[in-house]
Amino acid sequence: MSAALLPLIVAVPLLAAAALAVLDRSRPVRQTLLMAPSAAVLATGLYLVWLTRDGAVLVDNVALWPDGIAIPFVVDVFTALMISATALLALVCSAFAIVTGTADTQYFSSLVLTLTAGVFGALMTGDLFNMFVFIEVMLLPSYGLLAMNGGLNRLKAGRLYVAVNLLTSTIFLAGVGLVYGVTGTVNLGELAGLAKQDPLVAAAAAVCLLALSVKAAVVPVHGWLTRAYPATSPAVTALFSGLHTKVAIYAIYRLYAVLFDGDSRYLWIGLLTVSVTMVIGVLGAVGQSTTRSILVFHMISQIGYILMGVALFTPLGLMAGIFYLIHHMFVKASLFLSTGAIEHVYGDSRLDRLGGIARREPLLAVAFIGAALSLAGLPPFSGFVAKLTLVTAAVDAQQWGAVAVAVAVSLITLMSMLKIWGTAFWGSPPDDPDTVDGSTTMVKVRARLVAPALVLTATTLCLGLGGEVLLGLASQAAAGLIDTSAYVEAVIRP
Amino acid sequence: MTLALTIGILVTGGVYLLLQRGMVRIVLGFVLLSHAVNLLLLSSGVTSRRDAPLMDRADPATAADPLPQAFVLTAIVIAFAITIYMFTLAVARTDDDTEDPS
Repeated sequence: MSAALLPLIVAVPLLAAAALAVLDRSRPVRQTLLMAPSAAVLATGLYLVWLTRDGAVLVDNVALWPDGIAIPFVVDVFTALMISATALLALVCSAFAIVTGTADTQYFSSLVLTLTAGVFGALMTGDLFNMFVFIEVMLLPSYGLLAMNGGLNRLKAGRLYVAVNLLTSTIFLAGVGLVYGVTGTVNLGELAGLAKQDPLVAAAAAVCLLALSVKAAVVPVHGWLTRAYPATSPAVTALFSGLHTKVAIYAIYRLYAVLFDGDSRYLWIGLLTVSVTMVIGVLGAVGQSTTRSILVFHMISQIGYILMGVALFTPLGLMAGIFYLIHHMFVKASLFLSTGAIEHVYGDSRLDRLGGIARREPLLAVAFIGAALSLAGLPPFSGFVAKLTLVTAAVDAQQWGAVAVAVAVSLITLMSMLKIWGTAFWGSPPDDPDTVDGSTTMVKVRARLVAPALVLTATTLCLGLGGEVLLGLASQAAAGLIDTSAYVEAVIRP
Repeated sequence: MTLALTIGILVTGGVYLLLQRGMVRIVLGFVLLSHAVNLLLLSSGVTSRRDAPLMDRADPATAADPLPQAFVLTAIVIAFAITIYMFTLAVARTDDDTEDPS
């Protein structure tokens, strides 16, 4: 494939979104246009993984501008992996939205496609300012998706979400301005390693990293996530959980590797924050009483794990972090989709109102428990491979504190997952006639509502059993972050 | 110096308004804050050079840096769109200005 076709990965979803805004009358057309671009990008993403598996870097400078002014789209194996994972998630979550009927809301499909276009752009861009623009392209439809067709609570969550994200974007933009003021460029290739040499550039880039940390929901700037995500519709929560924070994490990995060249002087800040993030996230989940709010707190704790890779910045650590990132995107979305299916059918996500679902919905129970065990890090799921590699990397780097936290937090994660399992799935149904009773109500979760979660749980099982393949690719991606010369060379001289 | 002071004042006002309860005030706070960042972006090019940066016509030593201006233009458009959306959220359903019972 010619690198000149890379912008199509952004353009096709955008054009489909535009077409959908006009053609959203007919249901089949709408559903096809919603699913087709993500499917096409998934295929392209896998092909890109194949092309870049040996460390090749594809670059396209849009619009034939001279180097340094042009807008570069860059794909290395890390980017290609992220594009594939994102496209698969978008596909599965769209399918879930279609089945639950969320996708029938006017403009829902357009907004989702614009969101994915922004995500793909943010993943591929090799320019700090364009990263800001693409993150905005990703956020604008999200503002709408989060607040759409819901009650007052959803609207309030929407206000909070917009306010926090707009403030963060403003900080990020200020960071970009400072970087430009100090260095005179925003091209990642030209900025390479500058933050390691010059403390002024490091300070300016740190403003960008701070903004990205808010978007990634790192403790202590995580409060918005736990309030906004549980309020929206299940399909949207699953989609956001896989896309938004993960783009920010990807950007942190990329910026720290390229701008700071993995500078070891600042790594202690990272290790400290990720340890706190893991602990606070998991402890926050203990006090929650609905399935989705428990899962959202776990997401924060897991974000600590993912960022531990970049905080270690060793080849093994980065490889573990990248593997963890991909694994987490699937597992978390799977959990949100299976509990979302319960919420959609039984109309409730409060643990004290659910019970006996395992007997009634065996398929759904399999989808949930598989993903839950993977989240806690038990074999044979991908979570085990991810955690084992990460802990090994931390032992290698002799960060004993981080090792202790990672192991202890996994135990609490398992406890918390068993809490959902024990009450909603195994527990006896509550006596209150208003509540969901597995033995008397006639409603049942349809198979096609379970399918999206099941697909993702199967993916995590495959990634666990065949972890070698993804680990190999992640190790290649890590090598690209340790030695950024190929990336930088490609961006500066395509 | 004037620019730095202006940015400082705008940020102060913006942060003060952001911390208010009502959505409309928060939106106005964001308006001030985005102005502040736009000025910051402008000041990242050298502000004393003000000639129009036209190819082959301006002296590169005195021509303004066009890139920050392009940044600002993009940022203004985005901020404008979000401001409108936030105003919609502010008037929809309920008024945040009053005390929140929940």
